[in-house]
Amino acid sequence: MIAAVIALPALSAAVLLSFGNRTNKFGPWLAIFASTGSFLIGLWHFLQMVARPAEERPALTTVYEWLSVPAAGFKINFALQLDQLSISFVLLITFVGTLIHIYSLGYMSHDENPRRFFAYLNLFVAAMLLLVLADNYLLLYVGWEGVGLASYLLIGFWQHKPTAAVAAKKAFVANRVGDFGLSLAIMTMFIVFGSVSFSDVNSGIVGAPAWVSLTLGLLLLLAACGKSAQFPLQSWLLDAMEGPTPVSALIHAATMVTAGVYLIVRSASIFNASEIAQTAVVITGAISLLMGAIIGAAKDDIKKSLAGSTMSQIGYMVLAAGLGPIGYVFAILHLITHGFFKAVMFLGAGSVMHATNDNVDMRRYGGLPKVMFFTTITFFIGYLAIIGVPPFAGFYSKDHIIEAALSHSWWAGAAVLFGAGLTAFYMTRMMMMTFVSKSRWHEDVHPHESPLSMILPMIVLSVGAATMGILLTRNHVFEHWLEPITGFVEPEPPLPIQTITTITLSVVAIGVLIGIWQNIKIAKVAPVKVSFVVKAARKDLYGDVLNETLLMRPGQGLTKSLNIFDNAVVDGSVNGLGLFVSGISARLRRSETGYVRSYAMSIVLGTALLVIALLMVRI
Amino acid sequence: MNFPWLLIVLLTPLIGTVLLFVPKRFVPFSDQQIALYSSLITLLFVIVIALQFDISSSATTQFDIAFDWIPVFGITFHLGLTGISLVLVGLTAVLTPIVLLATEYEVQKKNKEFLMWILVTQASALAVFLARDLFLFYVVFEAMLIPIFFLVGRFGGPKKGAAALKFILFGLAGGLVMLAALIWLYFVAVNQLGRGTFSITALSNELKLDAWTERWLFLGFFFAFALKAPMIPGHTWLPDTAEQATPGTSTMLIGILDKVGTYGMLAILLPIFPNASIEFAPVIIGFAALGIIYGALIAIAQKNIKRTFAYISISHFGFIVMGIFSFTSIGMIGSVIYMVAHGLSTAGLFLTVGYLIRQKENSLISNFGGVTKAAPVMTGLFLIACLSSIALPGMAGFVAEFMVLTGTFQKYKIPAIIATLAIILAAIYMLWLYQRVFTGTETKESSNIIDLNRKQILALSPLVALTLLFGFYPAPIIKISESTIAYTMTLVGATDPQPMIKKAVNQ
Repeated sequence: MIAAVIALPALSAAVLLSFGNRTNKFGPWLAIFASTGSFLIGLWHFLQMVARPAEERPALTTVYEWLSVPAAGFKINFALQLDQLSISFVLLITFVGTLIHIYSLGYMSHDENPRRFFAYLNLFVAAMLLLVLADNYLLLYVGWEGVGLASYLLIGFWQHKPTAAVAAKKAFVANRVGDFGLSLAIMTMFIVFGSVSFSDVNSGIVGAPAWVSLTLGLLLLLAACGKSAQFPLQSWLLDAMEGPTPVSALIHAATMVTAGVYLIVRSASIFNASEIAQTAVVITGAISLLMGAIIGAAKDDIKKSLAGSTMSQIGYMVLAAGLGPIGYVFAILHLITHGFFKAVMFLGAGSVMHATNDNVDMRRYGGLPKVMFFTTITFFIGYLAIIGVPPFAGFYSKDHIIEAALSHSWWAGAAVLFGAGLTAFYMTRMMMMTFVSKSRWHEDVHPHESPLSMILPMIVLSVGAATMGILLTRNHVFEHWLEPITGFVEPEPPLPIQTITTITLSVVAIGVLIGIWQNIKIAKVAPVKVSFVVKAARKDLYGDVLNETLLMRPGQGLTKSLNIFDNAVVDGSVNGLGLFVSGISARLRRSETGYVRSYAMSIVLGTALLVIALLMVRI
Repeated sequence: MNFPWLLIVLLTPLIGTVLLFVPKRFVPFSDQQIALYSSLITLLFVIVIALQFDISSSATTQFDIAFDWIPVFGITFHLGLTGISLVLVGLTAVLTPIVLLATEYEVQKKNKEFLMWILVTQASALAVFLARDLFLFYVVFEAMLIPIFFLVGRFGGPKKGAAALKFILFGLAGGLVMLAALIWLYFVAVNQLGRGTFSITALSNELKLDAWTERWLFLGFFFAFALKAPMIPGHTWLPDTAEQATPGTSTMLIGILDKVGTYGMLAILLPIFPNASIEFAPVIIGFAALGIIYGALIAIAQKNIKRTFAYISISHFGFIVMGIFSFTSIGMIGSVIYMVAHGLSTAGLFLTVGYLIRQKENSLISNFGGVTKAAPVMTGLFLIACLSSIALPGMAGFVAEFMVLTGTFQKYKIPAIIATLAIILAAIYMLWLYQRVFTGTETKESSNIIDLNRKQILALSPLVALTLLFGFYPAPIIKISESTIAYTMTLVGATDPQPMIKKAVNQ
């Protein structure tokens, strides 16, 4: 039955893509119907699951035998595992997904081909659901690359733009670097455990030698870095903003990019068994959360600034996931609250762009509250949530991560605290530049509020951004919910909780104040004389420069020179052999004298050779 | 004697060839129809055979049919079906009608001749996969050079003559070495068994070769197969041939005939020369891994669409060879699936791009750009072929590649890891090509391209359907080839490695 959750959007995508233009009229509606249906089925399963006692909640459905070579003990099922962790994702994906489908109805209404867009969205939802419902790593991999494909298609949706096409390919290639890790991890699992299912790996890892958990942990971390745009595979995410904004909201903020966090949490038993791998995860998270925040603080492009923010927030989740049982629950909690508040902000950004002829430069915004009431209010709620003002959602999830990080080590705690300040700073900057400041619009721009289909999803998401924190943390409900799957240990920070909260809120307040103070006056054109930090941050902290000098250029040189080598040396020697032979034959032709005696001589010699050859065989 | 199904399958395309030359007043069909119908009837027969194939049978071959041919030398006309042959016969039977339907307007002049050679190609491919007599195998192995030689030399691009010559010289070089090895093998058999025989089954079950003879003979056959499949450094004929040949020819050549090389390794090298196969395996695995990366890297640097595909195939043949010589059930079955997946994706790539190239008579990448605007259906079908080619999960190519890598990883860690790097390179060569040809700003050349018509879509849709089918449900191929692979493993004396930590549940 749970298979229907995946089948519905998958079939809808298949119909819309195979029947092409004939489905243009009802295409978007079919896609919305499929996504909504998927959500309702998910909700039904959730309610049933809640009714069962905790130990009976997980349920396994084997749909069919996918790959099986009995002789080698190789058996991988197409099986879906519905448990507390996966249903949380199912609800997030289908709920936010459906809202974004609805939003796209308005946002994409002027596009040439919304049907194709909706087909890709459905494809994405199906693949993402497969990713979180798979009961083994190989089936997860199908969803994993499936969302990568959907992301590729959607980033490059406006294919006529060369920048979009390049960005799409870059995202796919960076993801494939991560997938290299995932592939090797799956192969290692098979040779070690003879199985790649979560349950077999979980039970096998307990007695396994230390190198197994370390290797698997690092390979899975590489995979997570690719998918979740974590250092050093982060650079594709900023370019991915070439895609239509609903895509940025759904795929590159709320769901797909968080798949790396899901992978780490799902593989909790592996990471629990290797402290080194865990530390690597924490470090990756810490670097990424700071890098993302710094990049986000320097960008004038609203979507790129939000993308930096996404990288940073996922850094929080990855860091939390690296903390072990004290962090898994909070990583997922933050993932869910982030799904709401980041989606609402992206949709808000889309709404602003919609109103300003697709302008993304925040230096040409300002003065929007009077003309875009709902967009401003919902964006503001998202703002309060992300910087962690109580009682908005981000406060709860981030506060828990800070507590957990502080109980891990001083440096992890310092990173998340500093990150909280940076978050407050760059979000305040964005708020000031986009909404609060005076208008600096381009001449022909006449901002207006977006249509209802776009406003409605933003309102619903902003309600979530405001309340999800309280709802999920009251009476520790989310901890109890996930504990049977991920395990949970109460963090024991070195300071009292109240003190930590006070410190956090003060850091946030400082960030906000600096953000306001620096952005009272905003120039229409970005200032050139800036500190080296800002310069570096504007260039994505040289992520691309690094890729280019270390990988792309040498790579291009290698492929080009190999090509020349192949033509000149490998093929050349073959052609040379050809010339050599034809030269010899010209000489040999002279031996064709026409005298019977010389032919007879060669026959004798030839026969002798044959006889010798035959004798050799006999011996 | 069995009902001669295999003979019927083999004769059908040949009858079609003959019918092409019967005056039209006796045959109420056009040339195109004759060729297409005969290939469809062949497909029908193959389906009938597949349905009767007994996957649980312990016999080496089924549907055997044998006549004495040259009794003095113990040569028989012996056809038989192993699981692997059935898979490849199936691939041949599926791809031929697709090629005929998709390339309907590929050649304006000399159409009859083109159709004839395509059907002869099909017949010779079927014969190679069905031959159970090594001499017969050799004869058809050489014979299949002829139709391709004419297909390349008479219907290709401007440098078709040189390409055809290069193709046939490489083919003959391999064939000659194989012939020498074959004669040597014959005398060894006479000596040891007291009778001359070319029966593949008898040679693999009864012959005991001394170490050095086996090594030399192995190398002789391997040389021929490695030139055919092509492995580096004997690969340079393929890009030249693919560049000059028409898309239909390339599909027949790379999609089907090149598989004869890898098929020969599985069906002839391993069973007859098991010890040498084991001995040489590490070296061959190394070369295969090298070829995978080498082909992929050079594919990135290509400026011509068809040459890119040729180098991609060189990379992919590396995977197939690697799986075969991994001597694990997973790797070897993975290779069999790979042959099918590669056949399907190669057909998809060459045939879709063929429509593009034919309209502009130019296969340079730089010539195109933004094709998707004028031809969205072509773009979509091409992308699906691309994705299967780069082993996207859900496509047949993924199952194949994953199994080959896992099987190899079980025994050879480093080569498998190196080969896995190709998944990154694959994304680069394929998506970069796609980006430059199909997306971006529309060039002048691309603006008036005509999209596929219904018939063309119909011709290509089975490729998409099968690619997805085997991606999600590869069981038919696995089940059919399983027992033959198990038999081969026993002959070679290889066993599957056990997991390091035994599962508590299953023990």
